[in-house]
Amino acid sequence: MSINVKNIFLFAAIFGLIAAVGIIQSWSVAFAILNLGLISALMSLGVNMQWGYAGLFNVGTMGFVALGGLATVLVAMPPVKEAWAAGGLRMMGALVVGALTILAGRLVWQRMAPGRKRGLALGAVLIVGFVVYRWLYVPAANAIESINPASTGYLGGLDLEVLIAWPVGGLLAAGAAWIVAKTALGLRSDYLAIATLGIAEIIVAVMKNEEWLDRGVKNVIGIPRPFVVPYEVEIQQQPWFLDMASGLGTDPVSLSSIWVKLLYAALFTVVLLVILWMAEMALKSPWGRMMRAIRDNEVAAEAMGKDVTARHLQIFVLGSAVIGIAGAMLTTLDGQLTPGTYNPLRFTFLIWVMVIVGGSGNNWGAILGGFLIWFLWVEVEALGPMLMEFFTFWLPDGNPVREHLMKSAAHMRLLTMGVILLLVLRFSPRGLIPEK
Amino acid sequence: MDILNAFVLLANFVIVPALAYGSQLALGALGVTLIYGILRFSNFAHGDTMAFGTMVTILVTWWFWSMGISAGPLPTALLALPFGIAATALLVLATDRAVYRFYRRVKAKPVIFVIASLGVMFILNGIVRFIIGPDDRNFTDGERFLVTAREFRHMTGLREGLAIKTTQALTVVIAILVVIALFWFLNRTRTGKSMRAYSDNEDLALLSGIDPERVVVITWVIAAGLATIAGVLYGLDKSFKPFTYFQLLLPIFAAAIVGGLGNPLGAIAGGYLVAFSEVAVTYAYRKFFKYLLPDWLEPQGLMQLLSTDYKFAVSFAILILVLLFRPTGLFRGKAV
Repeated sequence: MSINVKNIFLFAAIFGLIAAVGIIQSWSVAFAILNLGLISALMSLGVNMQWGYAGLFNVGTMGFVALGGLATVLVAMPPVKEAWAAGGLRMMGALVVGALTILAGRLVWQRMAPGRKRGLALGAVLIVGFVVYRWLYVPAANAIESINPASTGYLGGLDLEVLIAWPVGGLLAAGAAWIVAKTALGLRSDYLAIATLGIAEIIVAVMKNEEWLDRGVKNVIGIPRPFVVPYEVEIQQQPWFLDMASGLGTDPVSLSSIWVKLLYAALFTVVLLVILWMAEMALKSPWGRMMRAIRDNEVAAEAMGKDVTARHLQIFVLGSAVIGIAGAMLTTLDGQLTPGTYNPLRFTFLIWVMVIVGGSGNNWGAILGGFLIWFLWVEVEALGPMLMEFFTFWLPDGNPVREHLMKSAAHMRLLTMGVILLLVLRFSPRGLIPEK
Repeated sequence: MDILNAFVLLANFVIVPALAYGSQLALGALGVTLIYGILRFSNFAHGDTMAFGTMVTILVTWWFWSMGISAGPLPTALLALPFGIAATALLVLATDRAVYRFYRRVKAKPVIFVIASLGVMFILNGIVRFIIGPDDRNFTDGERFLVTAREFRHMTGLREGLAIKTTQALTVVIAILVVIALFWFLNRTRTGKSMRAYSDNEDLALLSGIDPERVVVITWVIAAGLATIAGVLYGLDKSFKPFTYFQLLLPIFAAAIVGGLGNPLGAIAGGYLVAFSEVAVTYAYRKFFKYLLPDWLEPQGLMQLLSTDYKFAVSFAILILVLLFRPTGLFRGKAV
């Protein structure tokens, strides 16, 4: 961990930028950027563990973020009793049958001697399992989804504190990562990339379509807040808060929204610092040295008796868990789960830009990249139309070219991010804060 | 008679659409596999290269429409296709110059190429949305059907109709022509042979005096042509939307890997395999079984294995199975 002048300056600069937004635009916007910056930093920390420590190329970040979001619904929402009565047990049965089918198929494949018999047995197991699964699943899903579809129509969650969902989100993501890594690791690096791309699409497709699970594209709204974060209306009635507002000379309504964001920022900072501390400790330990040795020369590390594939599996699962935690935090902050908004450009490729720009292999770099790129992503959106306005001022209002350019300005940020990624990769491949 | 009806039903909803979709995937996978064979990386920008080529073709098509040029019963887009290919070829050559050539020179690891292609993907994505917008665009004109369902019913007296869209027939015909031309080029011409030599063994090819930069340029041009043709055919058959083209990346990669990365024949087989599985698994077989089974066995549900929302899961499942059991692909590609 090199706390040198340059790095302090870089972090000071980015927080200065956010503060400038607070002064010029509004503090509410500034804290919104800060909160999402903290979450982005955590995501890029997770990707950096995979890429920077081990050279693993994960393009499925979106899926792990979405799983974290799913965890908040499953943990924090109140259960829908009628739905459980209508088809809850049957649905659980269906899921168990599905899992057992796969396990049985695996057993058949491993235990039986290769040959036609094994193929037939495997086919029979899979077909019988699938038929039973569908027989249980279809009525259960229909029954659950027909219970008051406008407001529930799903099983709901466990009605627990939403903070519990954060580690649970990490666990869900870790499970999915384990399945992908188990199949794709040990092969060429491109294969892991394509497999993660696929699993992410599938996770999001499941979350969009399985309404009994999370209401799909109908969204789950009103996810409870962490117990430490009050609602704005409650806080506006507290005498100490009104005193503070009058003391600061602002109106209580806007101050309450900033206050809530500030509390979230504090929570996120704690999580980020804890995970950063653990990551730094791990990197310094013999385990971290081994990881870097494997990354730099797999053949040599293998010759020294290190199990490369197992270590890769380990770090891949850990990194994905961090991304899952960040995903749960994101959904908690939003207060709603909207599966339709998970798109790979925002939740996978943007995170990659953060890691590459910040400095792959260096945790501080990844965090800096998270803040910086998130800041640019938000501000370029606002700047794009302004620039277009400036460049097309000589065209009259209502000119089709001008209209088109103004409308398309929002897409400029995709282009900007691509250019930044390529420039950094080419001219400063070690990023802003390089690995020591 | 019922058996015939059942077969026609299947042909109409599974075989014909899957043939067309498979041809589009095969052309896309051929581009990916060629880049992989020669430049040795998985090009994540391929989907957006397809989108770019299609966009140029659409713009030229609109220009032709405004001038009153049309291709009669065929879609005007076919006339515009050469312009699209030319523009895309220029684009990929420019990206090669600006981006990839540097990493070739420093002999970067393949994964660095992949990340660079990610950056290129972002930029193309931005350019396409900037120019034509993120919405659906339809640019099909000309005769819509080769055979309509009603004509078919009239002709054969069957209860089920078989409709063949012009675009579906065109897709298959063009794909066959392109593949024949490509294989003739790879196997019969000197340049094609030098490409295969380079792909098989780079050092040996260099020793025998093959100019690597020339091979690379030709590969990019061919890949651009394949991508544009695949993109335009897909757009004609369905519709053009930038995000859909990005999503095509998964089935295309699945097709290329199933066939064995770097193996052109495998890419074609992989394309049809992925397309047929996707369509067959997501089709609702209720009516099909109604024809074949006696009345008392009539199925209750839709008899659909997977809802169409999960079609990506099919390519993914195929991909995982191949990776688990035969990582080099069915046709023994070069990668492990």
